Amino acid sequence: MNDMVCPITNGLPKVRERPLDPPAIFGQLRDEQPIAPMTFPDGARGWVITGFAHARAILSDSRFSSQGSLKHLAFASELATGLDIEKDLPPGQFEHMDPPEHTRFRKLLTGEFTLRRMKAMVPQIERIAAERVAAMRAKGRPADLVRDFSVPMSAQVICELLGVPADARGRFEELSFRALSLDMKAEESKAVLDAIVNLLVEVAMGKVAEPGDDLLTGLVTGGQLEPAELIGVTLLLLVAGHETSANMLSLGTYALLREPEQLAKLRADESLIDNAVEELLRYLTIVHIGVQRTPTEDVEIDGVTLRAGETALIHLPSVNRDPERFPDPDRLDITRGAIGHLTFSHGIHQCLGQQLARQELKVGFSTLLREFPDLRLAVDPDTIPMRDNMTIYGVHELPVAW
Amino acid sequence: MPIEADPEVCVGSGMCALTAPGLFDQSQDDGTVVVLRPVPADPELDDVRDAVRRCPSGALKLTD
Ligand code: HEM
Ligand code: SF4
Repeated sequence: MNDMVCPITNGLPKVRERPLDPPAIFGQLRDEQPIAPMTFPDGARGWVITGFAHARAILSDSRFSSQGSLKHLAFASELATGLDIEKDLPPGQFEHMDPPEHTRFRKLLTGEFTLRRMKAMVPQIERIAAERVAAMRAKGRPADLVRDFSVPMSAQVICELLGVPADARGRFEELSFRALSLDMKAEESKAVLDAIVNLLVEVAMGKVAEPGDDLLTGLVTGGQLEPAELIGVTLLLLVAGHETSANMLSLGTYALLREPEQLAKLRADESLIDNAVEELLRYLTIVHIGVQRTPTEDVEIDGVTLRAGETALIHLPSVNRDPERFPDPDRLDITRGAIGHLTFSHGIHQCLGQQLARQELKVGFSTLLREFPDLRLAVDPDTIPMRDNMTIYGVHELPVAW
Repeated sequence: MPIEADPEVCVGSGMCALTAPGLFDQSQDDGTVVVLRPVPADPELDDVRDAVRRCPSGALKLTD
């Protein structure tokens, strides 16, 4: 099978036939070759994984590495941020490390992200959502849900978690909006990154002078991290947590507004919210470039030999549409038990912020539906600009009325 | 059929506590798994099996 022609050359295909479904080629691949050869835009040969069981097997296998230096750009694009994990980012990006380094960083943080702690943040998250709704009302219809609700809500939640003081939040929100708004050239994204790093340094210094009961204070006073690592870890939390939640809030709302039957079910029975959140996470799988793992030795999975160094790209959106795991997978069905999906990945890198994301999405969707009983798109659904060029899928804007 | 959990292997995902809150919690200090009741009642076994399957790190086992 190793000798077959690569069906996927020059990175992942981007063109979606329908905005909320992965490109159809991935479904065909899964039927024929759930582990298929692919060529990355840099010319490296590797594999694309579209089968659910295959993905789980690879993600929980310690012979596969997450080292950043072994990963490749997934899309051929001059619009890629152009940032190099090793050279441009401060140390501490443990998403791209293996044990024991990964363990050292992750164990410092897991106590801050327990289900219990994240549930305890719900009242603050509710307050943040209510503020956004009030601002939307004050500004009047139509609103852009991305700019007026999702992005500021997600930024404020991260600020709350980290302990960013009130006087720095405005700058933080603005910078984070710029960081994820449009396709940027390398220099511009570097400038925004530098500004964010400076702000984080300022906030962290503030915690030395005035400790609080928050995550940053814990890291600053814990003495386990070098100053540069502390900034690096904080930046990772911001990058990993902000763009994802913000896009999930907007794209999830878009999906519900496109499927009136599902929306009506959720409006009729609020207790469906947990299930609805899981199903939206599965169905939308916003990390549409997937995750990458590189075998450090030759590994055989389901009869295919992945040679050492040949990176496997686990295509999360199509893995989550595997009919063997999710019957009728292309249907959005908020009553199915979708939990167990791989939207947050699997194995030791499974999303650290997933329990926060769940609470945030639950509060976000419930608040919108409760406060705006007549929430609707203000434009034709097919004219919404989709983020198909970006690392995280979503909508660039979402004009809504109520 | 007792539950066995290895906090050394655990990566603090919280999936067990989310799946079977009556049986699993996480340590306040480092977020690793705490088994509240090692011997689940029969009607709880399905939830425990789900928790074992969903655990991303392989830290959980249901022994015979
Ligand atoms: C809907 C929202 C989110 C999605 C879909 C998501 C998705 C993911 C995925 C797929 C990974 C695994 C990468 C891999 O296996 O290589 C991951 C890791 C991570 N996520 Fe999230 N995430 C979300 C929200 C958050 C939030 C809110 C935070 C924190 C505030 C966060 C922090 C992290 C961190 C720190 C990692 C690295 C974990 C490690 O390597 O051990 N994420 N996320
Ligand atoms: S599901 Fe597994 S990794 Fe997650 S907290 Fe429980 S034991 Fe730890």
